[in-house]
Amino acid sequence: MHGSNLNPPILLHMSGIFPFFPLLNFLEMMSDFQIKAQAETYDVIIIGSGAGGGMAAYELTKAGAKVCLLEAGQHFDPADPQYITQLKWAYQSPRRGASTRNRPFGDFDAAYGGWDIEGEPYTTKGNTRFRWFRSRMLGGRTNHWGRISLRFGPQDFKRRSIDGLGEDWPIAYEDVAPFYDEVDRLIGVFGSVENLPNDPDSIFLPPPKPRLHELMLMKSNKRIGVTTIPSRLSILTKKINDERGVCFYCSQCGRACMAYADFSSSSCLCKPALKTNNLEIRYFAMAREVLTDAQTGLATGVSYVDKQTMEEKTVKGKIVVLAASACESARLLLNSKSARFPEGLANSSGVVGKYLHDSTGASRGGIVPALFDRKRYNEDGVGGMHVYSPWWLDNKKLDFPRGYHIEYWGGFDMPAYGFGWGIEEENGLFPGRDGKPKPAGGYGAGLKDDYRRFYGAYIGMAGRGEAVAREDNYCEIDPNKVDKYGIPVLRFHYNWSDYERLQAKHMHDTFEQIMHEMGAVPLGKKPGPEDEYGLNLPGEIIHEVGTIRMGKDPKKSALNQWQQAHDVKNLFVVDAAPFVSQGDKNCTWTILALSMRASRHIADLRKSGQI
Amino acid sequence: MKRRNLLKGIGMGSLGLLGFSTKAPAAELLHPFALELDKKDPIFEQFGRTEDEKKRDAKLFAEQFFTKSEMKTITVLVDIILPRDARSGSASEAGVPEFIEFMAKDRPDELQTPLRGGLRWLDHQAIARFGKIFTDIHAAQRIEIVDDIAYPGKEKPGMSQGVSFFNLMRNLTASGFWSSKMGIEDIGYQGNVPNQWDGVPEDVQRQYGLL
Repeated sequence: MHGSNLNPPILLHMSGIFPFFPLLNFLEMMSDFQIKAQAETYDVIIIGSGAGGGMAAYELTKAGAKVCLLEAGQHFDPADPQYITQLKWAYQSPRRGASTRNRPFGDFDAAYGGWDIEGEPYTTKGNTRFRWFRSRMLGGRTNHWGRISLRFGPQDFKRRSIDGLGEDWPIAYEDVAPFYDEVDRLIGVFGSVENLPNDPDSIFLPPPKPRLHELMLMKSNKRIGVTTIPSRLSILTKKINDERGVCFYCSQCGRACMAYADFSSSSCLCKPALKTNNLEIRYFAMAREVLTDAQTGLATGVSYVDKQTMEEKTVKGKIVVLAASACESARLLLNSKSARFPEGLANSSGVVGKYLHDSTGASRGGIVPALFDRKRYNEDGVGGMHVYSPWWLDNKKLDFPRGYHIEYWGGFDMPAYGFGWGIEEENGLFPGRDGKPKPAGGYGAGLKDDYRRFYGAYIGMAGRGEAVAREDNYCEIDPNKVDKYGIPVLRFHYNWSDYERLQAKHMHDTFEQIMHEMGAVPLGKKPGPEDEYGLNLPGEIIHEVGTIRMGKDPKKSALNQWQQAHDVKNLFVVDAAPFVSQGDKNCTWTILALSMRASRHIADLRKSGQI
Repeated sequence: MKRRNLLKGIGMGSLGLLGFSTKAPAAELLHPFALELDKKDPIFEQFGRTEDEKKRDAKLFAEQFFTKSEMKTITVLVDIILPRDARSGSASEAGVPEFIEFMAKDRPDELQTPLRGGLRWLDHQAIARFGKIFTDIHAAQRIEIVDDIAYPGKEKPGMSQGVSFFNLMRNLTASGFWSSKMGIEDIGYQGNVPNQWDGVPEDVQRQYGLL
């Protein structure tokens, strides 16, 4: 989800200690514990306002359904001055944009929440080191991502048929393609028509021209056969409707756009859905469980905690749509136990929580001596990279089964916290302007000049690859822990295998090859087997998928191809939980297309009276 | 209040419709305005803070971590690291000591002991060599100590903790200086304004053989 956040400067600041609230405290707090039920029955209840929930709200309210959207966080609108971080200077933040617990990607990042949310812990099992990023706000994690908007390709739906690992999806590219087209038109994505076999073209807006380091990469990557093409980001380089503005090239999509020129679910889906008057959004609503009728086994509503008043509330609905994120939706189902559904709701197959997988990630930075003392100009461009490398090789000829793409970083960024950090490991590597070697580190006028000299000469690259979905990588309910709302928390069990380790090794070999070819000097140490070839921890790429997977066989999947629970016909899941496999793509564009597809199906079922 | 009205005025509608089809109006509208804001509101309310964030920042601003004597040493050190030169002022003129004070409160576990302990290490060196704390010795004597800790990999035995401290001070000073208004102007960052990106300037493409 986070595109090129390679900028070495923003150092993560994490305590690593989760607050655990013993059940006793919780019960004491709830002395006037009461459950407030409300009379109205909504046509649809949606849990979560990110890409999947926002799209479902947009589609279903447009189709005339009365929808109640539960959001666990606060309101957010990037055009409302009280929320704006865009176009602020580094020095407007007293920490100069450094990360905080609430904004781990920096003080100006639009997303509230992070890896470690007060009172909302998660745990791990065995030697698992899993990290779970959540955004508690309207639009959820679509407020934090690189707007990388890639379609899955035909092969991405049929990996088992190709390499014998994992499962095929119950649908094919052709089933999703018309919805990708609609999402392209509705939200807007720029890119270039390339006719690549497994990276289908969208209906593109014009891409921005490459920056200097990107032109250099395109030229040198061509010599070594690494396909490098304009990136595909959901940022408006042209006007598409009267509700949204056009990109003004400040490079700050991560701060959310006051002109609504970048995609976020809050700006582009929830906001227009509200205009139908068919949508009610309940903020600070932390869902506890999906309620069911003991006789019919159908979903009847959702119980939730109002975080501001700590009241227990319920909302009734004819259809329940989960879009709380792959892990949060699995948690909800597993916590929705009843006599009829003792293993949790929609879980007769036992697959809920299993097959959890995140994209793989590995990255490396370097410095390009040819770019020392560059001429200065405004190089901001759009938020993130203007070019990238889609997977260009054939896994049949390699020792790992799935591919990856490469994202690039570089250029004249606004100096912020972390700027120049670690120069003592760099300025001794290069002779000064006089050609004489310099000792590393130092101080004074000479040091001051080194920062000027190196500014804009750094580059970075990150691989984002497909992991293989495995039954033994999963989230489950921790038997001993609850969050501050008394809701049992998730416990993660997740380890990388050689499929991912060898892929990361290949990434690092490629990064060095790319840097060598463009005349860059790689910085830091190349990771080896002792540190899993530099693989990011699972969860860190924020592309979790697979926990409530779809399939033809109700014994091996929780949902049918319409993302409707096999066991509960008025229950749907529209986040990334239904994904059977990840692809070497970012998941958001596919979440949007599939949520649109599922929502149309729900509207059809409502019309025909089947639910 | 003025700020809010103005921003509302140029909010979605005008930004989208009149602003960015032609480049100039947006730039004129937004940029000077953004700068004017800086002077008016308390710093911690200027950049889209949540209620919890406002409370936390206000609490940090109300606290003082470093003593007067420690702040004096920090000021001397940051100006040794990044002095005034022909292009710009010194680190202390750019507000770096105040930035370091804030960061120590913002990241107590990471920074407080290394910084406070490092300052003590420095004073101990000064007393051992010259009989006085670091700020009370002569400039040449200070440089004599700094020369022993400013060059990682070349330090004498027994100096490695001082090198670590100086690395941290160098890095914090660079962050604080270059992200200040003075530093951003010096380094020549020209963005953070509404713009039309039309690719790398031709002369630059020619310079790098990319045309």
